[in-house]
Amino acid sequence: MSLTEKGEAGPGRSARPGGSARRRRPWHVYRRAPGEPRTVGYLYILPALAVFVVFIVLPLLQSVRYSLYDWDGLSPARWAGADNYVALLTDPDLRGAFVHALILLLFYAALPVLIGLLLAATMSRIRVRGLTFFRTVLFLPQVLAMVVVAVAWRWVYAPSGVVNQVLGLIGLGSKGQPWLGNPDLALPAIGIAGTWVGFGLCMVLFMAGVQSIPRELYEAARLDGAGAVREFFAVTLPALRPQIAVATTLTIVAGLRNFDLIYLTTSGGPGNSTSVPAYEVYHRAFELSQVGSAATVGVGLTVVVFVLTAVVSRLVEGKQ
Amino acid sequence: MISSRRDRSVTYVILIVFTIIALVPLVQILSAALSTDQYAQPGLRFPDGLHLENFVHAWTRGHFGSFLGSSVLVAVTVVVAAGIFSIMAAYAFGTMRFPGSKVLFYLFVLGLTIPEEVIVIPLYYGFRDLNLTNTYWALILPQTAQSVAFGTYWMRTYFVSASRSLIEAARLDGASSWGILWRILVPSGRPAITTMIVITFMWTWNEFLLPLVMISSGNHRTVPLGLAFFQGQHSSDISLLAAGAVLVALPVVIVYLIFQRRFIEGMVSGAVKE
Repeated sequence: MSLTEKGEAGPGRSARPGGSARRRRPWHVYRRAPGEPRTVGYLYILPALAVFVVFIVLPLLQSVRYSLYDWDGLSPARWAGADNYVALLTDPDLRGAFVHALILLLFYAALPVLIGLLLAATMSRIRVRGLTFFRTVLFLPQVLAMVVVAVAWRWVYAPSGVVNQVLGLIGLGSKGQPWLGNPDLALPAIGIAGTWVGFGLCMVLFMAGVQSIPRELYEAARLDGAGAVREFFAVTLPALRPQIAVATTLTIVAGLRNFDLIYLTTSGGPGNSTSVPAYEVYHRAFELSQVGSAATVGVGLTVVVFVLTAVVSRLVEGKQ
Repeated sequence: MISSRRDRSVTYVILIVFTIIALVPLVQILSAALSTDQYAQPGLRFPDGLHLENFVHAWTRGHFGSFLGSSVLVAVTVVVAAGIFSIMAAYAFGTMRFPGSKVLFYLFVLGLTIPEEVIVIPLYYGFRDLNLTNTYWALILPQTAQSVAFGTYWMRTYFVSASRSLIEAARLDGASSWGILWRILVPSGRPAITTMIVITFMWTWNEFLLPLVMISSGNHRTVPLGLAFFQGQHSSDISLLAAGAVLVALPVVIVYLIFQRRFIEGMVSGAVKE
């Protein structure tokens, strides 16, 4: 209290007495207020900005430069102009990698959002006992290192693994196989591991959103005789639009950057059936010594991330 | 009433099904980590005992002891450095006005979505030219930069909401901007800071690509990299691999169980809005 009263007697104050003066104080007075010189702000951001620029911004620009060269990492680089970018659009392997990434987004982003909605919607209808337990367990895959996730899911798909065990139990043992070794099934198999990682995050986001929906809306819907399904489409889904946007953005960004899982489970194989841009960047730069091409894929990946995040946020804001 | 009872059972059935799905892949690892190597194999099986010696073997024969040492060193340094830098930067962005502050802040926000893959190539050649690959610097500096992007974004929200009248009162009392930050705002911002710390700890601990690229000799490997190499070399040694996987996951899982509300809050906030 005494502190505030001292504040009332401050320099910017005397000119304009009265209750509302504090809010109306012109902002140049703010800037020159003692202890807040304008330039000190730069000193505060300097350390963070320095590491950020040196270790993120400059490397990003450097990658753009690499992408214009042909370079094996050792001998002198050769100017390649737009060649690498032409290859990015025409090389079937590279195009395939981007197609795989988009297919994986169905598993990494769309499916977790749908499952998250299902879980949040069912939980919105009753008071769940043990809510903290369920939330803690369902979110757990999010915090595990991808190395651990990869070990777990390699085993799930192994010949003696859980999937084949379950198939055996329901009498479909003959369909059992090493799932990650099948060129047609390896990609969706990895996708499902990604779904497993992501759905808890979506659920938590949607549960927070559901809690902020006024109860009266549900009561009104019930008075109108709406069942669980209509209630979901009339009340829950529209109210959750911002959370759906956030969940989609987060899972898309995480999915496109996902290198670890591919590298540690299939290394892009069998054949090229599970290669994705994030994996191609590493593979080309550090295993094939095609640094220029690798950087081009990286730049392309960055562009795709930015475009998709922008599109998602535009879609959401456009409708509101 | 009947419909509400049906709602109830449908909800619990769905929840339990997904809880089982979330747990089964992890339970098989735990079970293999407790079994003898002759018995253990991928798949869900009840352990044939409580063979805790697997963890001892992973620690010594699998070198996980030394990997854990590297991981702790890197994670603690990154968390402390990124934490201090983020708090300072967010304080400026949240409470001061200076030309260019908006643009600079958006630069940090943009950093949240840049894929690591695109920056890791120049980082590798840069560190190689300075003879700094195979050192902890090659892990600490880039990860500090990545954590600073999130930390600044996260902490700015706290500083914006911190009471302006409190700051001004302290200033008129003669406190310097440095004193206001560390003696008034940081102590009362402990919840936000805790969240930042647990999130950056988890990211640093789990990081895989950077150590994979930067570290080629054994003694600087962090645990995720150690586990990946172990998987490559002894993929038939199922119970040892499982014990290693448990050792990688355990520190983060413990922190998660203690701070789960903060964890969840921080991870779902990654939403870049405004």
